[in-house]
Amino acid sequence: MKNSKLKKVKKPLTIEQQINRRTFISFGTFTVLSGVAYGGWSWLKNSPKEIRTATAGAKAPLRRALNKTELFFRNFFSNNHLVKTYPKERAAKVVRYNSGIGLKSMIDVEDWQLQVKKQSGEVLNITLDQIKALPKTELIFDFKCVEGWNQISHWGGVKFSDFITHFNLTDQAKLDYVGLATPDKKYYVGIDMPSAMHPQTLLAYEMNDKPLIPKHGEPLRLIIPVKYGIKNLKRIGSMAFSNQRPPDYWAEKGYDYYSGL
Amino acid sequence: MPMKTIKQKHSLAMRWTHWVNFPILTIMIWSGMLIYWANDTYTFGLFGHTFFRFFPKWFNDAFNIPGRLAEGMAFHFLFMWFFTINGIVYILYTIFSGEWRELVPKRNSFKEAWQVLLHDLHIRKIAPPQKKYNAAQRIAYTAIIIMGIGSVITGLAIYKPVQFNTITWLCGGYHAARIEHFVLTIGYVFFFIIHVVQVVIAGWRNFQSVITGFEVVNDNPKPVIKPAADEK
Repeated sequence: MKNSKLKKVKKPLTIEQQINRRTFISFGTFTVLSGVAYGGWSWLKNSPKEIRTATAGAKAPLRRALNKTELFFRNFFSNNHLVKTYPKERAAKVVRYNSGIGLKSMIDVEDWQLQVKKQSGEVLNITLDQIKALPKTELIFDFKCVEGWNQISHWGGVKFSDFITHFNLTDQAKLDYVGLATPDKKYYVGIDMPSAMHPQTLLAYEMNDKPLIPKHGEPLRLIIPVKYGIKNLKRIGSMAFSNQRPPDYWAEKGYDYYSGL
Repeated sequence: MPMKTIKQKHSLAMRWTHWVNFPILTIMIWSGMLIYWANDTYTFGLFGHTFFRFFPKWFNDAFNIPGRLAEGMAFHFLFMWFFTINGIVYILYTIFSGEWRELVPKRNSFKEAWQVLLHDLHIRKIAPPQKKYNAAQRIAYTAIIIMGIGSVITGLAIYKPVQFNTITWLCGGYHAARIEHFVLTIGYVFFFIIHVVQVVIAGWRNFQSVITGFEVVNDNPKPVIKPAADEK
């Protein structure tokens, strides 16, 4: 090419050369960046599943993103942010039933006790009557399922924070998480403490002014409006406190651990 | 011999955000469909008759949609960041560069857009005058930005309906926000179809300018009258 000699002279490019030059650079850049984007996408699509911890089942980079996004949106969490409440007439008479995981085994409701495991290893066994003796809080709110449906439902029970105070668990509530599980341990959730201590989080024993029915979690269930339904554990058998994330049924299947609303 | 000149058309920022947005929006729509599948209750009907159900089984199967809610959410809640940041960059650029003047509809744009439509459909022979963008483009390219903002707002209303309950309230509640979010997405699909058809009609020279940033203009001595609606 004779260009090499001419370059030294720095002859101005003709219009034609300018057009070719700029077109080449633009399309070259466009092609390279498209390749980079495609490569990035392939990397993400083919990235390995995360190493199993309290969470599992998601691609490792996506899990990292979920956890980082959780940290960002936790900044907006406040006990002053309340779920909208509705008049009683708006509550569904037939409350949607979506899952019976953890409810398959038979339990004797009369003998049921809530097992509260402190971090020290000490265990409290609390009866339903003891819980019912505390002030009752009612909540009529729009229950939201991770699948996308929502339904206004009416619950009654003890505020989780009242429960903590009454049973002298305030020191336990200073830990980062509370874990709940069904008596058969088939269903379990982990809740960050701020969400658990939110003023609208209930240990519910009533639905539509009547005691809970088996498929809605008799005798005691969690109602936590700042979380999707997947965290609203039915038929609580045990409660434990920890600074580590307790195991969580759906977070082990690729869902966001936080799942906060 | 005709004199060629380089006519600068699209800024680097516009081209960059445009092409970054394209794959991101595709991923957002795809992952959104993975999420929507878990409770696919929306239908399109009139007077009690259902015309279309979102989405038919063949459609879901063709795109491998079923049973991937968790995966869809994980993708959606990562790429929402890129979608939002890219959109903010574009909007800030358009404001500070002054390019918004070429994009925001003017008082007569709605009347003129009608003439553009008639011309595009070969009903009207003469194209309305246009500078960089014609009236229909001004409306479309402003509307798509408002839609983008709408997707972020309705998205936040669905994503954190308790923490951002004011936003959810503004959207008319959680249920309404979901429908709005969905309708906006359908809107993107329609925008995309019309956009691509227009780009194909406008031809390669116009398409190329969204990559290179310039168009080559032939300054012929003899003035040539031709339809001007070739810049999409």
